[in-house]
Amino acid sequence: MWTYDKHLQYPINLKHRDPHLAKIIISQYGGPDGELGASLRYLSQKFGMPDKKSKAVLNDIGTEELAHLEMVGTIIHQLTDGATPKELDAAGLADYYTDHGWGVYPQSAAGNPWTAAYIAVKGDPVADLTEDLAAEQKARATYEKLIDLCQDNKEVVDVLKYLRQREIVHFQRFGEALNGVEEKLAQKKFYMNNMNQLFDNK
Amino acid sequence: MEYENLNKTELMKKIMDYKFAVNDMALFLDTHPCDAKALKLHNEYVEKLEEYKIQYKKQYGPLTIYDDTENWSKWVYSSWPWERSGK
Repeated sequence: MWTYDKHLQYPINLKHRDPHLAKIIISQYGGPDGELGASLRYLSQKFGMPDKKSKAVLNDIGTEELAHLEMVGTIIHQLTDGATPKELDAAGLADYYTDHGWGVYPQSAAGNPWTAAYIAVKGDPVADLTEDLAAEQKARATYEKLIDLCQDNKEVVDVLKYLRQREIVHFQRFGEALNGVEEKLAQKKFYMNNMNQLFDNK
Repeated sequence: MEYENLNKTELMKKIMDYKFAVNDMALFLDTHPCDAKALKLHNEYVEKLEEYKIQYKKQYGPLTIYDDTENWSKWVYSSWPWERSGK
């Protein structure tokens, strides 16, 4: 189960509103490579994993992604909080303001609402962990594009750099988990009717 | 102490019971933050919960990644909550 810790994983206290940036950064909240998808991808895949290390790493990274979701939501909130409807309109957020006001809604930069079609759960450890490696790279690439677009706002860039760095750490851990699974599968003389037995009943 | 005779399952049941009680009191207190009686109950449940958690962690390993442990295998290799018990 989960409990809530009343602090962010990394401090965010943006001095200036900047709704133009909120419009694009929201993609890491509810876009195709965002933190909501990351979290649900890993926390759903964990049930199908045959070995303890993959279970542990999906559980614990999926949990960290929830903390990142809160951080990205905090960025959106602080970049738009107190902006007038006219300011939001000037930032291209008239459509957003109409449907969501000053709320934070999980959508992509292009305005598409979050969908489970952004994630995959194949129930196959090699397929799922390989998807996770790609997902971390796509998230890293997205943060880099956002950093390119946010160069005039150093406070925002600082937080985006932190989140980008975590994608790299997660990629490393998923690579190690995949190596462990592939080593097990490469062992000879197993007749695999039940992968769970192969992996864990020692 | 009463928890000294509890096995792993019984100890976990106590933790789940007290966590539920704390959670339920917290929801009530969120909308009644000045209710002294509710707060007293909340704090009593928290105190009991802490006792059981200390005992559980000492015997069976960490309950969260923020608990210290002499061996991280207790986190990775002990049964995960979604596994059928006995694995």
